[in-house]
Amino acid sequence: MSKSIVAGQEAIRIMKPDGRVEAAARRRARQRREQVIKGGLFFAALISVAATVTIIAVLLSESIGFFRTVPLTDFFTDTLWTPLFADPHYGILPLLAGTLVTSGVGLLVAIPLGTVAAIYLSEFSSSRLREVMKPVLELLGAVPTVVYGYFALVVVTPSLQLLWPDLPGFNMLGPGIVIGIMIMPFVISLSEDAMRAVPMVLREGSYAMGATRLQTAWRVVVPAATSGIVAAYVLGISRAVGETMVVAIAAGQNPNLTWNPLEPAATITAYIVQVALGDLPHGSIGYQSIFAAGLVLAVMTFAFNILGHFMRKRFREVY
Amino acid sequence: MSAQSAPHPHASIARRKIAEALFKVLGLCSLAIAVGTLALLFGALLFEGITRIDWQFLMSYPSRHAAQAGILSAWVGSTLIMLVTAVVGIPLGVAAAIYLEEYARKTWMTELIEVTVTNLAGVPSIIYGLLALGLFVYIMGLGESILVAGLTLALLTLPVVIVTTREAIRAIPVEIREAAYALGATKWQTLTHHVLPYSVAGILTGIILALSRAIGETAPLVTIGALTFIAFLPPAPVTTHPPYLSFDWLLSPFTVMPIQMFGWVSRPGEDFIGNAAAAGVLLVGMTLTMNGVAIYLRYRMRKQVSW
Repeated sequence: MSKSIVAGQEAIRIMKPDGRVEAAARRRARQRREQVIKGGLFFAALISVAATVTIIAVLLSESIGFFRTVPLTDFFTDTLWTPLFADPHYGILPLLAGTLVTSGVGLLVAIPLGTVAAIYLSEFSSSRLREVMKPVLELLGAVPTVVYGYFALVVVTPSLQLLWPDLPGFNMLGPGIVIGIMIMPFVISLSEDAMRAVPMVLREGSYAMGATRLQTAWRVVVPAATSGIVAAYVLGISRAVGETMVVAIAAGQNPNLTWNPLEPAATITAYIVQVALGDLPHGSIGYQSIFAAGLVLAVMTFAFNILGHFMRKRFREVY
Repeated sequence: MSAQSAPHPHASIARRKIAEALFKVLGLCSLAIAVGTLALLFGALLFEGITRIDWQFLMSYPSRHAAQAGILSAWVGSTLIMLVTAVVGIPLGVAAAIYLEEYARKTWMTELIEVTVTNLAGVPSIIYGLLALGLFVYIMGLGESILVAGLTLALLTLPVVIVTTREAIRAIPVEIREAAYALGATKWQTLTHHVLPYSVAGILTGIILALSRAIGETAPLVTIGALTFIAFLPPAPVTTHPPYLSFDWLLSPFTVMPIQMFGWVSRPGEDFIGNAAAAGVLLVGMTLTMNGVAIYLRYRMRKQVSW
């Protein structure tokens, strides 16, 4: 209220000849203040650019030190990763294999379950069930990853051992399944968004031709939402690849070049955690190796994120 | 399909109805797996951990003896780090969101900011840990401290705050702004007197979600050297001598609840599993409560909107 009175007085003052100078000065001061505020807000927004640039710079600068010692060909072809041993080998393949196997198992769980659940929520369920399920899925996605790690180690792996009695206590299958359940809410939410963005008229056309809901969902809605659904998968892959605590707790700590999910193996992320838990001197090759491993991880997730981002943009623009 | 080989319409309809019913069952099963996992997870934690939660557990330092170990240093550490994260991350995130939503014109710079925000939201949290290790710990020389942990989590949660704040601001109809401008208000006056007050519930939702994510983060804090065994508290922020406020705690070593839980889970042997589960119960309880509050706020907001 008082503000508008002030504004009114200001207006009156502008009309008086003797107040004109003062009013102009106040207006200038106000404009200057607006500019300062705008500048401050702009700098806050720039933090995200600065953070991205710094991530790249830090990873690159430490990795350059690493690749001065380790030739790139060794890094990509050596089948052993033992940077902290007396006879060090620096082949990223074992860590990469561990990452791909755990993520692969996760996707085998998350993609079928997530897609079916998303189709169900978008095309079949009552709005009441949907209103209940969406928050529940959100909660599932909010559970701290260290708790999922505990779950993989203490609940899932022992249950799997009932099926495969010689499954080791650390293995890639259990954590992989848990990662799948972890990224499932994410996959459901993004692909459901994509399916609900499909215009109703397409469904109505299909129903008018005598198609059932399932036929409509499978032959009309899913094809129309493909790019959005695939984007959900791609962003899900990016999450699975970067997942850390579950594998650090339950998949084992030894780099192991294998494609068998029943074996233990360290992932890129688990290796970084393992080294960080120890006390490596700054500047040593071991210290640099976690940045080189991190660089590989960052390149992979950046690529998936950008791909997913553009696919999502595409589905938004279709209609 | 030719006319001769077409099945009798009734048979075709029956078959399609069966397929539909099967799919419904399949859909419900997938959802049940999700909900069942959440229930199983919480059940398993409660089963192992509930008996360990008592006053002594909350008020004890970690110990080599599982029965005497507690999470005092962990929850104090978590609280102080959340304080730093909130003080640094919330103003930055809200300010960035206001800029992007209200001020930014479509330029390559704005485009760049938007792309980096989207990208940061998808960067694995452990990469933030490496950033913090290289930048805050070594280049800036801040050590493996509460301050560094708070800054790291502030960066990590920035995209969440920005995205939710932008959505909240965008939901305010443009007529409100036009009315304010018509009465001679400046842009900043319009924002602080109208747009922000009206969108405060949405912004709050984003802040709660961001802090709930930060409180459960483990990986980036492991990277910057959180310890799993800390048997002391950081210096108190309030002192008895003038100037009565001390910021020494900012540079103190730290542990947090998820790190403490990780330390206990990864110890060989069964003794500490109960402790890990007890820490897990508290952790899950906290994050689910915060998320629940956020979901409720959003739900109420949707019901109350009247423009």
